[in-house]
Amino acid sequence: MADHILSMSNIYKNFAGVRALQGVAFDLYPGEVHALLGENGAGKSTLIKIITGVHQPDDGDIVLYGEPVKFDDPRASQRQGIAAIYQEPSLFPDLDIAENIFVGRQPTRAGGQVAWSQMYHAASELLNSLGVHLDPRTKARNLSVAQQQMVEIARALSVQAKILIMDEPTSSLTLAEVDDLFRIVNQLRDAGTAIVFISHRLEELFELADRVTVLRDGAYVDTKLISEVTTESLIQMMVGRQLSDLFPKLDVEAGDIVLQVECLSRDGAFQDVSFTLRQGEILGMAGLVGAGRTDVARAIFGVDAITGGRVIINGQPVTINSPQQAMRLGLAYVPEDRQHHGLVLPMHISHNITLPILSEFASQGWLDTGQEQQSATEAATQMEVKAAGLWQRVRELSGGNQQKVVLAKWLATKPRILILDEPTRGIDVGTKAAVHGLMSQLASQGMAILMISSELPEILGMSDRILVMREGRLTGQFSRTEATQEKIMLAATQAVEQV
Amino acid sequence: MTTQPSDTSGQSIFLTLARFREVGITVFIVLLMILVSLRSPNFLTLDNFEDILLNISILAIVALAQTMVIITRGIDLSVGSMIGLVAMMVSFVLLEHPEMSPWLAVLLGMLIGCALGCFNGFIITVGGVPPIIATLGTLSVYRGAVFLYSQGTWVNAFEMPQSFKLLAKGTPFGLPNLVIFAVVIAAIIYYFLNYTRPGRDIYAVGSNPAAAQVAGIRVQRTIFMVYVISGLLCGLAGVLWASRFEAAQTNTALGFELQTVAAAVVGGVNIFGGSGTVSGVLLGALLLGIINNALTLVRISPFWQLAAQGSLILLAVIVDSMILRRLQQTLSGRKTA
Repeated sequence: MADHILSMSNIYKNFAGVRALQGVAFDLYPGEVHALLGENGAGKSTLIKIITGVHQPDDGDIVLYGEPVKFDDPRASQRQGIAAIYQEPSLFPDLDIAENIFVGRQPTRAGGQVAWSQMYHAASELLNSLGVHLDPRTKARNLSVAQQQMVEIARALSVQAKILIMDEPTSSLTLAEVDDLFRIVNQLRDAGTAIVFISHRLEELFELADRVTVLRDGAYVDTKLISEVTTESLIQMMVGRQLSDLFPKLDVEAGDIVLQVECLSRDGAFQDVSFTLRQGEILGMAGLVGAGRTDVARAIFGVDAITGGRVIINGQPVTINSPQQAMRLGLAYVPEDRQHHGLVLPMHISHNITLPILSEFASQGWLDTGQEQQSATEAATQMEVKAAGLWQRVRELSGGNQQKVVLAKWLATKPRILILDEPTRGIDVGTKAAVHGLMSQLASQGMAILMISSELPEILGMSDRILVMREGRLTGQFSRTEATQEKIMLAATQAVEQV
Repeated sequence: MTTQPSDTSGQSIFLTLARFREVGITVFIVLLMILVSLRSPNFLTLDNFEDILLNISILAIVALAQTMVIITRGIDLSVGSMIGLVAMMVSFVLLEHPEMSPWLAVLLGMLIGCALGCFNGFIITVGGVPPIIATLGTLSVYRGAVFLYSQGTWVNAFEMPQSFKLLAKGTPFGLPNLVIFAVVIAAIIYYFLNYTRPGRDIYAVGSNPAAAQVAGIRVQRTIFMVYVISGLLCGLAGVLWASRFEAAQTNTALGFELQTVAAAVVGGVNIFGGSGTVSGVLLGALLLGIINNALTLVRISPFWQLAAQGSLILLAVIVDSMILRRLQQTLSGRKTA
């Protein structure tokens, strides 16, 4: 193999006393796809931001093209041929495609005049070379997520990047779009570009990557050829412990059917979804992003209207037109997007918790704040929310603690049916275990839980039964004992006959 | 790609929509003009139009400065005070040196404005103070400086040299110089915003600050720059103001910041940053000018004028956003079909 294009060793980085990276090593050859793997909070994003010059390491060496380098800002790393596609959208919604590609370095005529026609021409050529047919004059705000990603790749190409970093590029794409992306990644690799690829979907790594480096809790674990590892060994490296320790689901005798969904449909989102949920049961709902799982949850909770089918709660057919109605029927829904749908960030912890049940403390329009405090304290204690006090603003909490507040908020409504949408996305391993422990405890107390999750280990470890959705339809249903990663992935990714 | 929502028909709708942003205001202006000319025959005359243009020239210059600030997600509330301070300082200098060339006065005014703008930019970028608070503070500080500097006195018309008065009012090119100033400034800003990298950076910073940082744009420097430009143009506006009204008083341009924000917003500038065009803002300033002029011509009682002016501005914004929403609905309807 050729010489290293990039070699990093002994990288240390602290944020306000929190160790994000401790002695991490990473290297890269031209023409390879090197996967970077680790749980959320393992330090992948920090490492990437050091490569791109967004952060500066506290200690450690970076050698690029055989020369030691130090990047003070992203501009410096860009000049050295490093481009990155971040998880968070980094396009400019108000600018058109061409300018998004060339932002900050628009082609100019002599005298510094921006050469628009030249820019549109170059943008068209780049898009064509990617096999993408978009008008470079389209504003970025009118693009789909996949199209936005193509624009970001075009931007990387336009700087003639020698190193391209892709941070979870597939997390919001449909399968066909993922295929398109992989075709382009392979095309770039064959042209000699070194690619750093981050994905939580292990099966993608086996399809695409040449090597894999695993990080855990900010520390370097190992680097291996992809042919040397298996899914199991990778998970072991990532979590550093057996799966069984992570998911403490107790066996609970399932009780009566509390929620029954029959042929539920919502045009354009999902069709003919039927399932039952029993007391004390955790029902896992697996599938890829965009399979319609969240839409089903929202429809059951009365956020979106259904166009067919019915919902039966405790044997009674019900029509749920609003979340308030759903709450009165004993339902609670913890949405996926904490920041937008789950919390009011500038408000105190206690006020966030009591938001859905405020009317309980109100008599003649006046709040009984003492009772409100007490209720909030109870819920927060049960969830082990770590904070300076209940008056602390939710904005200041870590992702894991925010998630605990969201859960506390819904537990305060004392639901009988709890719908959790990606309950542990973006939180650290410790909090994750706490959330799992709580779910298990709630189920043993007789609560019925519907858990939507894209993490297969979580689905497999926590669920009594597992539903799989694909493109708006149920494509698989497994008991805890018969379910395997392979069966679920197959149902989630391939057209399987209706079960 | 497998999905292609932005096919050619969608594209042409988008283009029409983009053009319509300004057509919406234009339609409102034309309707207003028709209504007013029915009531007052004096409205549609060359003299009256020259008067309107004269009245909105300074507004247009400062509204364009305000627009650049708003595009970066900021706001400059100190523009009125900067104009007042510059007008007063330059007028006092002219009292001492009546022989001074008016062009030197312009240069002096712009230098003072530049310093004031630098101070705003410094508090906002280095001090990390939100723009609305920083400029609310300097609004008072700069106005206070007017009183301190002038000790409560003012400069009258008879104290000003004739050459200076002609700076705004002279008509060597057929139109009043003031209007020509506005046209030239608008042309320069148009070129700057559309054809230079620092100009394009302004849009990028306002559209997505985090992404701009990652893309290697010097975000803080760009933000600093727009406040300096705002100060520079307010400096120019202050000198022009003193020349046009042949006076510098302690309440010169008091409350002017609201008019500049109104002109920008009526002109389609997104108050949350990221977008705004020179042509839109010029139309916004024109609409404000016509409203003011018309209210006098159709003899609305002075007690009613302010309320009527505000109501018309609101009406214009509402009509504009209704047209826009209707178009977007038609557009999304087409998409699913």
